[in-house]
Amino acid sequence: MTIEELEQIAESVRLENEKYDYEVNVCMDLACASQGADKLREALTKAAEASGKKVLIRRTGCMGPCSSGPLVRVDPEEVLYSHVNASHAEKIVDSLGGKAIPELQCDLNEHFDKQVRVVLENAGHIDPEKIDDYISREGYKALLTALIEMTPNGVIHRITESGLRGRGGSGYPTALKWGTVAKAGGDLKYVVCNGDEGDPGAFMDRSVMEGDPHRVIEGMAIAAYAVGASKGFIYVRAEYPVAVARLTTALREARRRGLLGSNICGTTFNFDVEIRLGAGAFVCGEETALLASIEGRRGMPRPRPPYPAVAGLWGKPTLINNVETYANIAPIIRNGGKWFASMGSERSKGSKVFALTGKINHTGLVEVPMGIKLREIIEVIGGGVPDGHTFKAVQTGGPSGGCIPAEMLDIGVSYDGLMKVGSIMGSGGMIVMDDTSCMVNVARFFVEFCMSESCGKCIPCRAGTAQMHTLLTRICTGEGTMEDLELLEELCDTVKSASLCGLGQTSPNPVLSTLKYFRNEYIEHIVHKRCPAGVCNMKAAEEVLA
Amino acid sequence: MPAFTPPPLPSDDKRWKIVNGTMRKNGFARHALIETLHTVQSSFGYLDDDAIRFVAHSLRVPLSQAYGVVTFYHYFSLRPPGKHTVTICAGTACYIKGSDKLTAAAEKRLGIVPGQTTKDGKISLMAARCVGACSRAPVMLCDGEVMGEVTGEQMLEQLERWAVE
Repeated sequence: MTIEELEQIAESVRLENEKYDYEVNVCMDLACASQGADKLREALTKAAEASGKKVLIRRTGCMGPCSSGPLVRVDPEEVLYSHVNASHAEKIVDSLGGKAIPELQCDLNEHFDKQVRVVLENAGHIDPEKIDDYISREGYKALLTALIEMTPNGVIHRITESGLRGRGGSGYPTALKWGTVAKAGGDLKYVVCNGDEGDPGAFMDRSVMEGDPHRVIEGMAIAAYAVGASKGFIYVRAEYPVAVARLTTALREARRRGLLGSNICGTTFNFDVEIRLGAGAFVCGEETALLASIEGRRGMPRPRPPYPAVAGLWGKPTLINNVETYANIAPIIRNGGKWFASMGSERSKGSKVFALTGKINHTGLVEVPMGIKLREIIEVIGGGVPDGHTFKAVQTGGPSGGCIPAEMLDIGVSYDGLMKVGSIMGSGGMIVMDDTSCMVNVARFFVEFCMSESCGKCIPCRAGTAQMHTLLTRICTGEGTMEDLELLEELCDTVKSASLCGLGQTSPNPVLSTLKYFRNEYIEHIVHKRCPAGVCNMKAAEEVLA
Repeated sequence: MPAFTPPPLPSDDKRWKIVNGTMRKNGFARHALIETLHTVQSSFGYLDDDAIRFVAHSLRVPLSQAYGVVTFYHYFSLRPPGKHTVTICAGTACYIKGSDKLTAAAEKRLGIVPGQTTKDGKISLMAARCVGACSRAPVMLCDGEVMGEVTGEQMLEQLERWAVE
């Protein structure tokens, strides 16, 4: 395979598509699929055949605003239809070449205007099971450019220029990690993709793996070239069967095209990737636990150093990055580091994909430039809180993150900005809560999660989360005292500073951030035996009344 | 040292050949343990003692270690699933949208807690950490099929349909 051959494939896809007068793209991502996108696609295919028009019906990955699904986009007119079902199929096919259907048209201009498309540039445009679709949108061009025109150091230099930081949560500079692995000795090195999206409420990695799997594989291959690795693993949650199937197909297709395997594109570079299934353990998102799991063991973290970059899988230097990090690599190589660095804020470059969910009008996936105000995401892109309720808090970073109150909505979304207000970027879950959510109960929910997901290796996390849960349960049932609150704060401090891995160290964050911003709710529960949101079942108060 | 010969298949059941296939593909390497257990569970629906023993012996992994792995990961089940399975997502977005009420209603209707199967073996109730369909919370899976924005009535209707089958 050469760059010319890639261009030939892209050209043949273009010629093939030119045979059609219209393209109808149907979003088949989980949210749309669960609303009958399958039947819709069948109906569209039938209607197109019956009409005699030359229509290409294409299934695509997530188009973004899941709450408006099932979604259909008609090209070349770029008309987006929302809430489409099979009964609309004939109408849509009839309208091709004429006027758009106003009652189906999706009116989300503001939602899209504030967004950018880097990681999601192909979302809604390609069939995820067709490698040629990916190639027709400059796919694998970055890999070939890197292999043929750049040195491994040159690749790392470009990533340095881009300022890309890890999208898995902690925001470690990607190029630094790559540089460490590249410098590590030994002829056997590994590249691992962390697709164990355990953070409940985040689904951007699933969407990328399902909707644009080749982008992840290309990113991994470029990384492998840069650090001198020959073998890769993608660790995917077993809860994502479609992602596993799509990646399996994508790997097979990439091998068939000679983009994986030995002597890729006639160079001396060899690289292949295997898929490893997770088995439902949140802690496996922690890198050393993930490596233990790939080795077939219980996913328990170990102390660092040594870091995986020096001693990882089977003791060999191993590069671990998150799905979204790899998904950013190809566009950076293609467009240059400076292009990427031109987006975002001072210390957080580029864009970030967020999964916007909870009590918000437009739920779904959004990709925004770093530094954008939180308020813009919630009020403009997300369309605010529905049903006349008022916004109370937004939770970012999952069980390791915190709750950000209304008065902090004007902060810029960046690694440092979120950290400053007691939360973290995390993998990109953004869950909006309104006045019907009890913040004490929310804190208890997260602590319960961490308690049951604690691997049990270190005592601060194993016992600490359990004790925190007991205290929070007492407060939620109206049995808590002010001493409990004091003890809770003390415990948070111990668990935070003494736990072995990130799961334990960050597990107090939801408690600390709600204590900081919603302390009055805790006091109400304890002193007045009352849950302001009406969520908690106040056993103690009922007994008093009885 | 004599060359290692893997133990014979536990029975004529063809599914063991599939399990053996996964191990052979991985050269009977120890690190194939989780992969193999996945194959067992997808072929048989759960992992029983015989299966764990067979896999552990074949991969030369101590039985204690194999059992430790099985019990560590939520995805592996030591009991056979019911004829139907309802899984209620307990992720954050689903929780905010009231999935705890769905779970409570299902517990009450079926008389079991998540992780259990009704006595007649008809319905298993499961809780999922997050299935990644957060934008349509609260979410439940009926025999693996995702249903979004589920109401208590919808869920109970489904359970009723299964119960009278």
